Amino acid sequence: MTAPVSIENVSKTFGHFTALDKVSLDIRAGEFIVLLGPSGCGKTTLLSILGGFLSPSSGRVVIGDRDMTFVTPAKRPTTTMFQDYALFPHMRLVDNVGFGLRMRGLGKAERDEKALGFLDLVGLKASAGKRPHELSGGQRQRVALARALAVDPEVLLLDEPLGALDLKLRRQMQDELKAIQKRVGTTFVHVTHDQEEAMAIADRIVVMNQGRIEDFGPPSQIYMRPRSLFSAGFMGEVNFVPGRVKAANASSAEVETSLGSLALPAANFTAAVPKAGDVITLTIRPEHFRGEDKSDDPMFALGDARVAGSAFFGTHYRCHLQPCATDGDALVAHLPQSSDVRDGEIVPLAVRAADVVALPAASGTL
Amino acid sequence: MLRRVFVSGVSWTYLALVYAFIFLPVAVLVLFSFQDGRLPVPPFNGFSMQWYEAVFADRKLMAALSNSMLVAISSSVVSCVLGFLAAYSLARYKLPGSALQRGLLIAPMTVSYLIIALGLLALLNALHMPLSLLTVGIGHVVINLPLCFAIIYASMGDHQINIERAARDLGASDFKVMALVTAPMLMPSILAAFFLSVTFSWDEFIIAFLLSRFDVTLPVEIWSMLRSGLNPKTNAIGSLVFLASVALLLILEFSLFGRTKKQ
Repeated sequence: MTAPVSIENVSKTFGHFTALDKVSLDIRAGEFIVLLGPSGCGKTTLLSILGGFLSPSSGRVVIGDRDMTFVTPAKRPTTTMFQDYALFPHMRLVDNVGFGLRMRGLGKAERDEKALGFLDLVGLKASAGKRPHELSGGQRQRVALARALAVDPEVLLLDEPLGALDLKLRRQMQDELKAIQKRVGTTFVHVTHDQEEAMAIADRIVVMNQGRIEDFGPPSQIYMRPRSLFSAGFMGEVNFVPGRVKAANASSAEVETSLGSLALPAANFTAAVPKAGDVITLTIRPEHFRGEDKSDDPMFALGDARVAGSAFFGTHYRCHLQPCATDGDALVAHLPQSSDVRDGEIVPLAVRAADVVALPAASGTL
Repeated sequence: MLRRVFVSGVSWTYLALVYAFIFLPVAVLVLFSFQDGRLPVPPFNGFSMQWYEAVFADRKLMAALSNSMLVAISSSVVSCVLGFLAAYSLARYKLPGSALQRGLLIAPMTVSYLIIALGLLALLNALHMPLSLLTVGIGHVVINLPLCFAIIYASMGDHQINIERAARDLGASDFKVMALVTAPMLMPSILAAFFLSVTFSWDEFIIAFLLSRFDVTLPVEIWSMLRSGLNPKTNAIGSLVFLASVALLLILEFSLFGRTKKQ
């Protein structure tokens, strides 16, 4: 089963602390949604509200077409997969997975058969008679997934389920989670603070910070066209270049920065329509710097820069570049493996207009 | 080299003395239960099972033995159930004055058995409740409930909260969460509380003495035997009681602590 989820203006306060501040979100049925943000951003609070473990201070939660705001977890069409797996230590795996079915009054033979089917789905059918303490972390994880899916929820909530696994296992489980989600078609809402994990599994990512949604969209859009400085910075390394809009019309805007002036398409202003005089921040991903202008795309030369340090990362060189024109902040650029960069070398910098995103300047930050 | 031998010699002697101090009385008790003679005092005349035969032939002793078992097991079951429920509610719900309530539950542990027995005696009198094994059992619940509560409460950690949440999330009612998840998860400590409480009740004399009348428990029966003087028969019954306690301890060790170690 699967159902859409609608979160309408949900706020949650604990005493004087606002954990969620008027959050609204529409999730389509069968989507894999990732709530991404640093610890304390409210993502787990939002998940708990979806699961029914917390009630919102205001706002509504609708799952399918039923208002679930104050329904208890047991009566919701959701199940939660907990960070510490929360398996029943005294039960065999098949009984763990069959627990929800038992609570729904299924007979032993029927629920064992169904439970075995779900253990098979996660590749643990052969271990059905074992107890949780005999399993590795990754296997427990799978049992928790099977147990949560066995009751055929409309929405599966995953609370940082991969946090305790080592990197390699985590990547492997991400692929499995995604594959299983595609097979069962259930709506998945997954919480994490790992942006790579988010990009690996999400259909759409919700970037959260300080109780608010900063950005919402498919991974590529969040990365390439972030709608807030926080979102841009959280999704990966980025350079912030302060600037000012000199002139703007419906299709493009002329931007002045310490590195020179650029003409950007209006679509690159993801947060607000540009107006002349706006103080803005340009965000440029390190891999978007080009050493020199070789392509046919419109490029903007940003002047020369001196290499202040570089390190080889396998897929690229990560370089600190000090623009010659200013003594402002150094830029971080990823230069191709083939480029032979040396400290102190002067390189020409250029960037494609399409790759630069302009956002309103943050007041007081950066 | 010599110094090391000396130091280790002293340590071993010290260890031997400590254990001798603890176990010599029991060893003497057990030894003289096999005395071939009328007095359980040195010299040891020879080996005989006659006093054990006498114990098993003694109707009153056997009745006291089964009374003791009845009181120990039933009062321990009641103590564990009440202790578990109290621990569960105090660990899982925000109750008014929970620190005070915890303190009140544990407080009887600090009161001497004699005082508890006197208090209960006065209360039972006021309620016109005749003294019987039931009243002894009530007394034992009073002294063992704090113990059971403390042991079970201590084993209720936060990591079990998520497991209970998961059960609730999968559709279990509060009662089912408690019966199917919480209690089985805490079974090692519940059993530990149960067996400890059984041994305490099994040994308890003052409350059993003051709150019983016609049917008495084993310690009370032994005491009345002692009034007519020392007799290897009392040694024999004492040895049997000791054996039962040791057996209980071994069960506890192998069934419970062995299992938790493995986990």
